[in-house]
Amino acid sequence: MTSTTDPHTESFRLSMLIYDTRYRSTTIQVVALIGFLILIGWLISNTAQNLQDLGKEPSFRFLFEPAGYDINQRLIEYTSRSSHLRAAFVGLLNTLLVAVMGCALATVLGVLIGVLRLSKNWLVSKIMTVYVEMFRNVPVLLWIVLFMAVLIETLPAPSAFRGDDPESTMKLFESVALTNRGIYVPEPLFSRSLGDVHLFGQSALNFDVSLNLLAIVAVLVAGVFVSGRIRDRADAIQNRTGVRPTTWYLRLGVVFVPLIILLVALGFHLGYPELKGFNFGGGTHMRNSLIALWLALSLYTAAFVAEIVRAGIMAVSHGQTEAAAALGLRPRRIMGLVVLPQALRVIIPPLISQYLNLTKNSSLAIAVGYMDITGTLMGVTLNQTGRELETVLLGMLIYLTISLCISLVMNWYNNRVSLVER
Amino acid sequence: MKKSVFLGALTVAGLSAGAAAAGTLDDVKARGTLNCGVTTGLVGFAAPDANGVWEGFDVGVCRAVAAAVLGDSTAVEFVPTTGKTRFTALASGEIDMLARNTTWTFSRDVDLKFEFTGVNYYDGQGFMVPSGLGVSSAKELDGATVCIQTGTTTELNLADYFRSNNMNYEPVPIETNAEAQQQYLAGACDVYTTDRSGLAATRAAFEAPGDHTILPETISKEPLGPLVRHGDHEWGDVVRWTLNALIVAEELGVTSANITDMASSAGDNPEINRLLGTEGNLGEMLGLEADWAVKAISAGGNYGELFERHIGESTPIGLARGLNAQWKDGGLLYAPPFR
Amino acid sequence: MSEMHAETVGYVRDTMLPEQDPPATSVGAIGWLRENLFSGWFNSVLTILSLIFIYWILSALLPWFFSPTWEATSLNECREILAEMGREGHFGGACWGVIRDRWVQLLFGFYPSGLYWRPILAFILLFVALGPVLFSDYFPGKLIWFSAIYPFLMPWLLWGGSVWTPLLVIAGLGIGYGVFRVVAAAAGNLAGIIAAVIAALAWWIFLVGPLSELIHSIIPAGLNSVDSRNFGGFMLSITIGVVAIAISLPLGIVLALGRRSDLLIVKALCVGFIEFIRGVPLITLLFVASTLLNIFMPPGTNFDIILRVIIMATLFASAYMAEVIRGGLAALPKGQYEGADSLGLDYWQAQRLIIMPQALKISIPGIVSTFIGLFKDTVLVSIIGLLDPLGLSNAIRADSDWNGIVWELYGFIALLFFIFCFGMSRYSMYLERKLQTGHR
Repeated sequence: MTSTTDPHTESFRLSMLIYDTRYRSTTIQVVALIGFLILIGWLISNTAQNLQDLGKEPSFRFLFEPAGYDINQRLIEYTSRSSHLRAAFVGLLNTLLVAVMGCALATVLGVLIGVLRLSKNWLVSKIMTVYVEMFRNVPVLLWIVLFMAVLIETLPAPSAFRGDDPESTMKLFESVALTNRGIYVPEPLFSRSLGDVHLFGQSALNFDVSLNLLAIVAVLVAGVFVSGRIRDRADAIQNRTGVRPTTWYLRLGVVFVPLIILLVALGFHLGYPELKGFNFGGGTHMRNSLIALWLALSLYTAAFVAEIVRAGIMAVSHGQTEAAAALGLRPRRIMGLVVLPQALRVIIPPLISQYLNLTKNSSLAIAVGYMDITGTLMGVTLNQTGRELETVLLGMLIYLTISLCISLVMNWYNNRVSLVER
Repeated sequence: MKKSVFLGALTVAGLSAGAAAAGTLDDVKARGTLNCGVTTGLVGFAAPDANGVWEGFDVGVCRAVAAAVLGDSTAVEFVPTTGKTRFTALASGEIDMLARNTTWTFSRDVDLKFEFTGVNYYDGQGFMVPSGLGVSSAKELDGATVCIQTGTTTELNLADYFRSNNMNYEPVPIETNAEAQQQYLAGACDVYTTDRSGLAATRAAFEAPGDHTILPETISKEPLGPLVRHGDHEWGDVVRWTLNALIVAEELGVTSANITDMASSAGDNPEINRLLGTEGNLGEMLGLEADWAVKAISAGGNYGELFERHIGESTPIGLARGLNAQWKDGGLLYAPPFR
Repeated sequence: MSEMHAETVGYVRDTMLPEQDPPATSVGAIGWLRENLFSGWFNSVLTILSLIFIYWILSALLPWFFSPTWEATSLNECREILAEMGREGHFGGACWGVIRDRWVQLLFGFYPSGLYWRPILAFILLFVALGPVLFSDYFPGKLIWFSAIYPFLMPWLLWGGSVWTPLLVIAGLGIGYGVFRVVAAAAGNLAGIIAAVIAALAWWIFLVGPLSELIHSIIPAGLNSVDSRNFGGFMLSITIGVVAIAISLPLGIVLALGRRSDLLIVKALCVGFIEFIRGVPLITLLFVASTLLNIFMPPGTNFDIILRVIIMATLFASAYMAEVIRGGLAALPKGQYEGADSLGLDYWQAQRLIIMPQALKISIPGIVSTFIGLFKDTVLVSIIGLLDPLGLSNAIRADSDWNGIVWELYGFIALLFFIFCFGMSRYSMYLERKLQTGHR
């Protein structure tokens, strides 16, 4: 019990490992480590024994065999003869696609709803409250299947567009078709191509990046950069002379003029969807499963984001607003210069953890047949090869990597904005 | 303290769990119930009714095995499995046999280490389209949107078929038959593909079944049958010969109506006598009672009766016997002799 | 003078004017409307847009909702009833017959119908057991004894079996305590704790099973045992949620303490576990439960899928619980730790007497919201083939009577989840308010 040691008896006794505070922490740690290693060893030996009984050697060779199944939404080239690894990669890209789209929409909606909940308009704030409670308190999986059912049951089938007097017509000047197989929107096309860059050579993860796209991005980035320099110069002039030169046309110009010139040079035009055979051809096809998943995840997460935004804005003390008003700032500038920067400090960390949740929830795609990493690697590949251990562990590892990347961003931001406490 | 809750629950709930080692027959007898894996719900083959009683063609096989082994056709625990969980459930010993429209393939038999004990339904993958589409052959489906049930061999067959015919398609993978049906009816896909029995069952449930056509092409062979773990031959024999008993009973004209009479004393037909245990000791060889087949057949009737009751022409599903007729009637059902 | 005075009086009022009503436009219904709905053109536009939106939703939903199909026994009968009323088509009306036919199943799954009183009783007793913790103002403190017994009572009520098993499990605690007293007197506290844990575990693992069978054969007393695969519907969701949260609470406390500890290896292990569980989706953990957990166990062991799911759900919840409790620990002022140190309390005494009571109290809202999250997430088990409400809805749709039903089932399930979760979140808000005033 006692933690005092007698300075005269320095000889080491075994009981000191437990009772001497100098050694106890080490003892506990060693015991914990040994316990952990034993546990892991036990699990591994069980697994090895069981797999041997089943006659399955753990091996990742199946990843390089032909997958044999088709995937409808593929951001990179894929056929049923491609390998399981490539199928998993297609799935991973699909996961990332819906996660990024979901985070963007959830943020926009969440901020809007969070602000509207604080609206003085009784009806609007009540509607938003109902929205938040409705979405927060029903499982997201149920929302996903409900949205899918709504899309399927309420939108017209492509066959409704057929005939001389069709039941449905395309919207927005004959450019967008809303069907229950998804939404067809015009796609950007180029009549001249600068060629493609082939990445990752012959490996299973190879893909092409269009040089056209790279060129456009490069011009856009350069334009924004130059525009930023112009703004900096205008700031400097304003600081020196007190007069701000009018630069907006210049700033718009450096971004858009080179871009438009490039687009014309590349022969940019839109490819409109039109009814061909069973389906619409041409245009970009946003599939039902993607839309249902995207909307359900965004609307669900938006309810949480709205609460975070509301709490963040309310966390900024009223004295800040009043002090800013006393300085003579206009309401818009108060929001932009005083309230939002402080609210963001409160909002961003939980917001990022909502992004994390959304990314993880995107694994429910399997319920609507969206082929994400859960649907490909841990779905069809698992079913076809019977390699549960390898596929599930690999899938978990991939999700873990994504999560850790998001966590790193969060920590970096937290460290950057955290207040230095007195 | 809370840890003991877990242990308490484990002891209480874990009592029913058996070992996965060899000797399934003994395990089943000791346990007093048969754990049988079925689908989570497929009209005609396996679905729970309002009282939670499972009904269907696959369910009938489970009940027959339970009756043969335990003498009680209700001593079955039905374990609903999905396409993903079915094989692990069987491999881990959670279920004793799997009767879930599972296709007998080389890799499942050899690589996944299972043993198919026979075929209770000869099926093939087909296509269903709305009649209004004006399609009369699967060869005209280039560019179509196809609803597929995932987790089966269906998607591989489909990929192979369209690839070999040089056609394009848009696959819509779906987990359950109920959702596939919903999407198909709403026109979210042009074609629904799965086993022909599944197509017929699904079509039967439509408001207007006549508006839908099942295309003539059968793009795969799908012998569906019950399966057990590899290596436990004794148990495999029990399941195999129970199924064969049901089939041979139909061939020999033994039905649930006349079986009590026939089993009461030995008759003129020696094979019937051997089947019903009034002659010979076939039951003993299997490690079962002499009247094992009598119990199995009385549970739900012979193969023909099961078929007629759950999926036959008198039911809403209305499947014809086709390939599943007895070999004498031009079908493929050919049970080895009971001798 | 008097005239002057009279004149002066004419200008000075010596009585109050009677109070006038405020203008009609700023009081009552109209005033409220002006204040809250039509203050300014922007708000007016918003109000009108909202009204149009509400009308649009209701006009689509209400006719569908009010549909006299409660008595129908199949979807076709619903369609006939609606067709007679001239309401054709897909959205002619809801088919509520399916709810009448299957609502019991959606609540209890395949639990034997004669035994429904057991889950119902367990559910009611849950509130009694939680009462001293959740509504401490209204419940006598002595009921906390019942809360202590409840974790043993609930599995027994739900799964049934011999009454001796839970009693012997409780006896294990007594044995552990006895061993602790004896050993602690002889060889010190730490050795006592270790010996007690080993003795209790040995008792539970090796002796409880055979002993309870033995006593049961002599004095049979118990309930019909129910297999856990008969659990289904909301009962399954609630069971998974409650059991997982109850077990994850102590695990979460240990993990949270480990994460805040100075011991490097212990901390690394805890952080690794928490971040791993929080970094992967629950569905992958459920895949582990359904396909891998049996492979990880010694050859031959095999426990049923619901237990495996509860294990994974517990691990999942304990990682989140650890973070909630860590938040509670971090929110405590540093003075509390320093105060405990200055009193000369050792680590465990300080945790038990000073830190944990306060940290847990602060964490209750977080714990409740973790529970809501877990409860909602239990629908994921339908993906691995368990018959929770969503899984049952698929099984019901596979019945030839109800083949083709969509909205009614989803709506019913969503409504039940909403009622549960909304109730709990309201309670959590009440608690937050109560705790806040307690601190100021």
